Amino acid sequence: MQVPIEISYLIASVLFIFGIKQLASPKTARKGNLTAATGMFIAIVATLFDKHVLTFEWIIIGVIIGALAGSIMALKVPMTGMPQMVGLLNGFGGAASMLVALSEYYKIQNVYKIDFTTYHTVTISLSVLIGAVTFTGSLIAFGKLQGIITGKVVKYPGQHPFNLFLLLLVIAEAVYFSLNPTNEWLILSMVSISLVLGVLLVLPIGGADMPVAISLLNSYSGLAGSATGFVLQNNGLIIAGALVGASGIILTNIMCKGMNRSLMNVVLGGWESAGSSGPTVQTIKGNVKAVEAEELAMLFDSAENIIVVPGYGMAVAQAQHAVRDLFNILESKGKNIRFAIHPVAGRMPGHMNVLLAEAQVPYDKLYAMEDINDDFPNIDIAFVIGANDVVNPAARHDKNSPIYGMPILNVDYAKTVVINKRSLNVGYAGIENELFFYPNALMYFGDAKESVNKLVHELKEL
Amino acid sequence: MEGFTLLMLIYVFVLAMLVGFELITKVPPTLHTPLMSGSNAISGVTIIGALISAGLEQFTISTILGLLAVIFATINVVGGFLVTDRMLKMFKKK
Repeated sequence: MQVPIEISYLIASVLFIFGIKQLASPKTARKGNLTAATGMFIAIVATLFDKHVLTFEWIIIGVIIGALAGSIMALKVPMTGMPQMVGLLNGFGGAASMLVALSEYYKIQNVYKIDFTTYHTVTISLSVLIGAVTFTGSLIAFGKLQGIITGKVVKYPGQHPFNLFLLLLVIAEAVYFSLNPTNEWLILSMVSISLVLGVLLVLPIGGADMPVAISLLNSYSGLAGSATGFVLQNNGLIIAGALVGASGIILTNIMCKGMNRSLMNVVLGGWESAGSSGPTVQTIKGNVKAVEAEELAMLFDSAENIIVVPGYGMAVAQAQHAVRDLFNILESKGKNIRFAIHPVAGRMPGHMNVLLAEAQVPYDKLYAMEDINDDFPNIDIAFVIGANDVVNPAARHDKNSPIYGMPILNVDYAKTVVINKRSLNVGYAGIENELFFYPNALMYFGDAKESVNKLVHELKEL
Repeated sequence: MEGFTLLMLIYVFVLAMLVGFELITKVPPTLHTPLMSGSNAISGVTIIGALISAGLEQFTISTILGLLAVIFATINVVGGFLVTDRMLKMFKKK
């Protein structure tokens, strides 16, 4: 044990904890991020004084490549691409943990030249399994969010038994590896199977379930770090990994509650009809009232209280700046305009908030579902932009609906609810939305960005 | 490896998890995306293990694995903190 280095890891851990604590308020959050980064800097510098660190050329090369790639990614990514970015970073964290554990395996043999204990083999196996699953799982999540891989639910016969088989195979190999630790083919085979497992576990998850998948992978990336901390017997790593693991678990839980589904249901590919976003046969009878920009502008002009409900459609159309213009003009007309954000709106936790913050909508106008849902009966206009399943009243009363029990935003309680959508097509859950046929509902058809811009234009004309 | 050391490490892990749960439940939904990217950067602390592997005196397979780990972990750390800062900069009140 090298005491000064251990002390700096302790300081780093404390700074991580304070950093996350400061993240609890938008006022101090930026400082919190800096606090955590300072902790990281201290940990890295201290490590360079470790007595095992004797050559620096590889370190310098690695850090330069990593820092360049990381900076470019961080500065170039558009805010709409944030879910992919976070997905990719999760994966890299997992990959790093896996590689460190693997490297430690060879070090024990070639460098330290000591005998393997069961502790070594168990922790290395665990670290490799979680790290590898996080790595390829995140790459698949990235591919789905980026549109490289289908965002639909992928199902094939024997899918779940096969995944279970692979997991059991890795565990069996880990046991065998504990008995034959010098057989490197065992660990390499464990790595390979775990990499495949990561792909197969995330592949079936559909696009709108991505908030859960990303949160879960976030948690895995932390746990992989912790497992590597056990391998290296490093408390700093264990603590940092545990904090991230806990964060991911909480977010996963919030996302699952937001959809009223169990984690198992999401992970196993969930809703039967999910992801079939094509037009389906219309089963709900009734009339849909469409509205044009000019008429809508007059409606907004006479309203007092307005709530905007953004959904993934706003992100796809990159309509956040148009929405900001709408916010500004309505506010300048003295309207009380706020935003209601469903926990699973978008593709990752907090996705809508980041987009609206980018467009400079003040964050104190963004309300979480539970803080604003009771206000809808007093609202003149609820304006739904690119959201569908999260405002479907069937979730409240239709026991046969696949989304029954899911908490929804009560937009139908508003005096008028205006829904901006490109068509009457079904949402992610693959079901029709009876809201569109309600007497107080008006459909405002069109691309979110164009439609909102047109509305803003009409409001200026008034 | 003595059982006692293992127990101490588990202690640290369990307590850190509990601290994590306490802290993160207080983070408002509006900051969930930066929380993820920020915590992601923190999990890049694996870099300390990667540095030790890449900086070994003799060049072995561990060095190559260490180098790769340094690259991945640095992307995670630098990219994670930078992108989080970029996001948090945008959160403004009226």
